[in-house]
This record gives sequence, C-alpha cells and structure tokens, in this order.
Amino acid sequence: MITARILANGLDRRIAIFLAALVAIAIVVPALNLLLPPDNPLHVPTHVVALFGKYLCYALLALSLDLAWGFCGILSLGHGAFFALGGYAMGMYLMRQIGSRGVYGNPELPDFMVFLNWKELPWYWYGFDQFWFAAIMVLLVPGLLAFCFGWLAFRSRVTGVYLSIITQAMTYALLLAFFRNDMGFGGNNGLTDFKDILGFNVQSAGTRGALFAASALFLALGIAVTATVTRSKLGKLMVAVRDAESRTRFIGWRPERIKLFGFTLSAVMAGVAGALYVPQVGIINPSEFAPANSIEVVIWTAVGGRGTIVGPVIGAVLVNWAKSWFTVALPDMWLFALGALFVAVTLFLPRGIVGMWDQWRSGRKDRRAARGGSAEATVETPVVRAKSVSAPALDAAAPQPAE
Amino acid sequence: MTSIKTVLAALVALLCLAGSAAADDAAIRAGLAKLATAKGFAEIETVVRELGATGDPAVAKPLAALADGNLYVRKSDSSVFIGNEAGGSLALLDPVTGSAAGTAAKGEMTKIRVNNAVRRAVREAAGSLTLGGEDAAARLSAADALFLKPDPDAIEALDAAIAKETDAAAKARMEQARAAAVLVSDRSEAEKSAAIRLIAGLGSREALNLLTGFEASASGALKEQAAAGISSIGSTLMAWDGAQNVWYGISLGSVLLLAAIGLAITFGVMGVINMAHGEMVMLGAYTTFVVQEMIRSSAPGLFDWSLAIALPCAFLVAAAVGVAIERGVIRFLYGRPLETLLATWGVSLILQQGVRTIFGPTNREVGNPSWMSGGFELGQLAITWNRLWIVVFSLAVFALLLFISNRTAWGLQMRAVTQNRRMAASMGIRTPWVDAFTFGLGSGIAGIAGVALSQIGNVSPNLGQGYIIDSFMVVVFGGVGNLWGTLLGAFSLGIANKFLEPYAGAVLGKIIVLVLIILFIQKRPRGLFALKGRAVEA
Repeated sequence: MITARILANGLDRRIAIFLAALVAIAIVVPALNLLLPPDNPLHVPTHVVALFGKYLCYALLALSLDLAWGFCGILSLGHGAFFALGGYAMGMYLMRQIGSRGVYGNPELPDFMVFLNWKELPWYWYGFDQFWFAAIMVLLVPGLLAFCFGWLAFRSRVTGVYLSIITQAMTYALLLAFFRNDMGFGGNNGLTDFKDILGFNVQSAGTRGALFAASALFLALGIAVTATVTRSKLGKLMVAVRDAESRTRFIGWRPERIKLFGFTLSAVMAGVAGALYVPQVGIINPSEFAPANSIEVVIWTAVGGRGTIVGPVIGAVLVNWAKSWFTVALPDMWLFALGALFVAVTLFLPRGIVGMWDQWRSGRKDRRAARGGSAEATVETPVVRAKSVSAPALDAAAPQPAE
Repeated sequence: MTSIKTVLAALVALLCLAGSAAADDAAIRAGLAKLATAKGFAEIETVVRELGATGDPAVAKPLAALADGNLYVRKSDSSVFIGNEAGGSLALLDPVTGSAAGTAAKGEMTKIRVNNAVRRAVREAAGSLTLGGEDAAARLSAADALFLKPDPDAIEALDAAIAKETDAAAKARMEQARAAAVLVSDRSEAEKSAAIRLIAGLGSREALNLLTGFEASASGALKEQAAAGISSIGSTLMAWDGAQNVWYGISLGSVLLLAAIGLAITFGVMGVINMAHGEMVMLGAYTTFVVQEMIRSSAPGLFDWSLAIALPCAFLVAAAVGVAIERGVIRFLYGRPLETLLATWGVSLILQQGVRTIFGPTNREVGNPSWMSGGFELGQLAITWNRLWIVVFSLAVFALLLFISNRTAWGLQMRAVTQNRRMAASMGIRTPWVDAFTFGLGSGIAGIAGVALSQIGNVSPNLGQGYIIDSFMVVVFGGVGNLWGTLLGAFSLGIANKFLEPYAGAVLGKIIVLVLIILFIQKRPRGLFALKGRAVEA
C-alpha cells in the first residue's frame, strides 16, 4: 500500500511539475513577447512564439496518439485525419469571420465559393459563424468519426497491422475527398486568408500570444486528462487490453468498448490540437490528411516514449524543432535524418527517451539495492517492478517473427 | 458544278479503261495543263479535286509537289514540271513519270502558288487517290479517311475502286465509305436506306456521328430508320464501353498485382509490413532508367532489348537492397510488426531521399521500346501495346511465383514457415535464411514491377508512394499468405475502380473503393482468402 502511494506520488510529481511548467510557459512567453522591448535580451520574437505555439499543438496531437497507441495498443496511422478535421472546423469558423473583407467582397460566401460560382452556402457550413458551434464541431466531428470507425473496427476485432492499414486508408480517403472542389472545403487550396478570431486580428502579436497560451493550457489539460484516465481503473483496463486482449476478454471485460473509449477520446484531443493549430499557421489544406503526416506523428510519440505521458510531448517538440533546424540548415538531409530516426528509435530506443530515462533510473536503484543499501532501498525494490507496468511490455517474448 | 461532274465522269471513265496507261497519262497531263492556265486559288483547287477524283496513284506525286510549292510552269510552252532547286537553277522532273527533264533557270519558270485551301484540297485528294494504290493497307486507310469525311463526289471513284478491289477488308471499308458518302449525297431514298442499314450495322462511334448528322437533316421514313439505327448503335456502344471498362480495370488490376504481389509474399510469410516496398518499385524503375541511359550512350542498337536487360538488373538491385534491409533492420524486430512498420517507413524515407540526391527530384524519362509503343483496335476497344504487355507480364510473374511457391523445395520451406514457424524450424528448416530469401524475393519482384511501371508512369522519387496504399489495400483485401487472393484482390479492385469512374469520377470512385474496403475488412478481418487455424491468432 505504502509503495503504491509512493509510486503514485512519484509519477504524479513528474506530471505535476510538467503541468506547472506549461502553465508558467503559457504566462511567461507571451509576456516576454509583449511587454519587453524588442532590443531586450529576454524578448521573445513573435515568430518564435508562433513556432513554439505550433509545436505545442503537435505535442497535443502526439499525446493523443499516445493515449491510443501507448495505452490502448491501437497504432493509428490516421491520427492526422482527426487533427485535420478539427482544423477544418476551426478554419470554417475563421472563414466565416472574414465576412465581406474577402477578395470578392461577398458577405455570405467565402472567396473560393464565389470563385467556383456557388450561389449559396452549403448546409454543412451553417452555424460556423458562431464560435460556440465551431468549438462543439471541433470536438464532435473527429470524435464521431473515431467512434463510428472504432465501433466498426473493434467490434469485428480488426487488430494489429490490419487496423493500422485501414486507419491509413481512412486518412487517404479523406485526403482524396478534401482535394475535390465539389466538397465545398476549398479543394486543393484549403481554407486560408483568415482575418479575425473572436474579433481579434489573427496576425497581431497579442492574439498570437493568446493562442500560444491557449495551446499551452490545452496541452496541460490534455496531459491532466490523460493522466487521470490512465491512472483510473479504466486506464488499467486499457493497458490490459493492450498487453493481452484475449485474456482481458476471457476474464469478462469488453475490450472493444475500452478501446473505443480510448480511441474516441484520443481523436477528440487530436481535433482540439488541430483547431489550435489552424489560427496559428493561418492555413488548413488537404495535405494535412496525407498518410505520411500521420506516420510522422507516430515517430514523435515513439521518440519521446509511448506509454509515458510526458514523453510524446517532449518527442513532438524535439523532432519538430530538429525539423525546423534541418530544413533551414541542411534541407537535403532532413529526410535522411527522419528516416534514420525511425530506424534508430525502433531498434535502439523502443521505449523512447522518457522510457529509457525511467529504465536507467530504476536500474540505478536496483544496483544501489544490490550493493546492500539501506532499508529504504529494499522497500523500494518492488516499486521498480510495479513501475514496469506503466511502461509498455514491449519485449514480452524473445524476438520471433509472427506466426 | 455540272461541268466538273462531266469532267469527273469522263476521268472516271478513262480510269476504268484498265490497261490503257497512255490514256491515263494523257488525262493526267490534260489535268495538269489546266493548272498552268488556272487563275486564282479557287480554280487551282477545282483542278486539284478533279485530279484527285481520277483515283490514279500517278497523280499523287505532282499533287504533293504542288502542296510543297515545287510545281512550276515553263513560261515558254506552259508545260508543267516538278522543280527542285539546285544551286540557283531548277532541276526539272516530269510530273507524271518522274524522270529527269533537264534544268532551267529560275527566270524561265513560274511557281504555281498555293494557299491553305489548296493544300487542304491536296490532302483530301490524296485520301481518295490511294484508293487505287498498290498497297492494300494504304487503300484501307484511304477508305477510312473517306468514311470520316464523306464526300458525294467520291462515290464514283469509290465504285470504281470497289469493283477492282480484291482485298476483302479494304473492300468492306470502301463500301462503308461509299454508304457514308451516299448519306450526304442526293441519291435515291432506297440507296440511302441501304446505306443507313450498313452504317447502323457498324456500331461504332463514327457511325453514330454520321447517323446523328444525317438524322438532323433527314425526314420521314429515313429519319425513323436513322433514329432506330442510332439507338441500336447506342446499345452496341454501351456494351463496348462496358468491355472497355473491363479492359481498363484489368489493366489497372495488373498494375496493382505487380505492385502488391511482392508485398503479399513478405507479409504472408513473415508477417512483416514492408512500408519500403514502394521504394523497391521505385528502385526498379530507376534501374531501368540507368540501363536505358547506358544503352543509349554505348549501344543504341540494343534499345529494343533494354527492358529485357533491365529486368534481371532491377531484380538484383531491389533484391539486394531487400536482403540488406532484412539483415540490417527487420530481423531485430520480429514479433513486433508495428515497429517493423515504422522502421521500414524510415528506410523508405532514406531510400527516397537517396534517389532524390543522386538522380534529382524531377521526373526521369524512360523510353518505350518500339514493340511497346502504339496500340491497336479490337472492335471498339482501344488497346495499347504497353498495357497489354503489362497484363501479360504481371500474369507471367504471378505464374512464376506460383511455380516457385508450389513446385520448388524453397517454396515448400516458405509455405511451411508461413504455416507454422516453430514446427518448420524443428523440422530442420533454417527459418532465418528463408526469411532473408523471401524478403529478397518479394523485393526483387517489386523491382521488376518497377521496370513495368516505368513504362506507364512517371519515374520520380515519389513513384513508390503512389502505389503503397493501393498495394496494401490489395493485400488486405485479398488475404494474407495466398497468392490467388492477391490476384483476385488486384483484379477486382482494378475493375471496381474503373467501373465506378464513369459514374462517380476518378477521385470519388477511388474514395468509394477505399470505404468499401474498410467496410469489407469489418466483415472479413483477414481478407478474402484467410489463413485458417492457429497461425491466425499470432
């Protein structure tokens, strides 16, 4: 009992520190950007705020994938689709806010519809001039898609690589669909040229600061939700389904419901990430649905450490920061680096950075205990074993090809 | 108009005097002489038409010279010659026989001027001229040209040609052309009705156009008959459209089969999702490019053999890369299919960028050997040779793999490992070797698929990405570990795609197919031909 509480406190401490740091960042970074004069050494330039705001959205996306993959064992290669759907819902709101300031000055129709000679707003655009409606749609559309998709897939026990491939097919189908002009989502060009969000200019430094703060806070919220869910009984069931689905079923649980919950929650989080992403980058287009994007999200999560909550956040920021650096300094080398990262992480770092750190620390404690340490250390020994539950059981058996 | 017709009739009559070459010659010379006296382009055009209507192949040469601006009139005696400029003066040729007729200074000759209308007249005349030519194929194409541009004045020439024609195919085409001409002429109703019957029987799109054009101007019974003909052609065409869709579907299916079959082997035997599979296809295509470049620079004569040379090269290159991937990455990840998926995706990024660095990001030109370019028509089906060869090739590859898997010791080991790896290992099969070779085989097949696909698409570093999702769909749809499943999956997806395209458009059709597959997987999570038994649950 005592050890369990120590364990809980130990893990919660890390998350609590992380949450506090995010809240602090949410306040400090925009403040440093807005309040300090540009020549001050502590001043954060606006483009850096925008860039890191983007990273935070990616971090939330990676976290959402971690919930599905790291805890439920659903390797979704289509999480970019939920992200993009959330982004489109927000983009539609932002399009409606342009009003008559578009190139064609039509108060009712977005520019691309005027250009395509559409006469009236399609029904599915109704309501998107209200922020509350768009906000609900940001949650509802990805959530509903994930629910329907998951309900079909998990019920018929589509698992493993088959599931991964059909999630990929899903995002590919959406990619093709959103490329079509007839869909009424701007086709190839997507939605762009945004002016206002909630009455504030999306370009202004103040709005960017606020969006950054919102991203940080929503990420903090996402971490808190994920931590709460995974630490609950439901979270333990998720891990059980991930590690031994058949066994969980035979005990009497319904794995498909557990997975469906995890998948849907994860999709909603991805949708929120997309909605925060769009006003910060100023565009949403069908390329966000590209299967390659979704696979990249997987590597962020894997680098940070799947099955850990802070890992994907760290992974997403690190990989994207490296991407920004590479595409400026060595543009030709980025794909080599990314490819090598995929291979290296899967071969040498299956638990990711955070997972390795945990392993190393527990190993050190083990060694200290082995050296005949204090009574405290012997008490902590079971902690080590308990901890391995939170890390995914990656190498349950010796490497063997599938049979 | 009547005067032309008389002349024409006279010319045809002359033409029909078979064997009297002198008379022919005289007629042509008389016609040519009119060119010398003709005033203005309109008159020249008339003369050209008259000459064309003779149907005598000998007219072709002076008319071609006329169109090229090489026909001259001697000022002294108004006789017509073909002149070729040779150092300030003109080398003269007799217009009919083509024999040399001395030289003349430029000042002595007047060039017969032509405009585009005259050139067009010459072109049209050339069509009817070849009706009487020596070459049966040329006569046939001339008849086809007349069918597409029916000319009532050509009926007589056609009649004459039909009477002389010995080649059955050419004769049939000429009769069709004549029927088309009758439709636009002022002949009797009975003759027109027969013509409609003939044309309606053709069932082709051109026939449909002819009849639609005729129906608009006709009246009474003829109009009704034409309408009936149009509807019968319409239904014939629909059947042909269906057949054409099936063919397109088979063609697409063969491409899918080529791209997916290697994937099916590796997935089936090893349970490994190889995301770098598309890049193996790309490597094969680039190998073809390199082979062709080498042939172009060192042995251009071998160009028609370039694909045959590229096939083993592509197989070896892709198989070598495949074995390297298996030994270097995948063997450490067995039992972790999701990680394998990620690692091979990383490998695919590296291969793509590597090719982009070496060959550049732009499309590379891979040529078609002569036996793969062009096409032919089978009824109303347009079939291009490269598509046909790819269908044949994909089936050959399929048969080869079937043979390897069912008739060789290695295939037996492969199947044993697919069904029960541990049992196979206990029986003394070296499963690591089987894995490595299977992966090499799958990759090599992807490589030779690349050779074929380089013939119908762009060769760029992104080539593989375009095929990867489709190949996954085929494998998942067809079921793992069964080559027949892959075959059936590829062709049914191809045909479904092509049948949806006319109704839903290419993109929407593809989306529908994807959604259908996603739904299908719910019904049969392991594909059409699923492995049964204990092996499935792993």
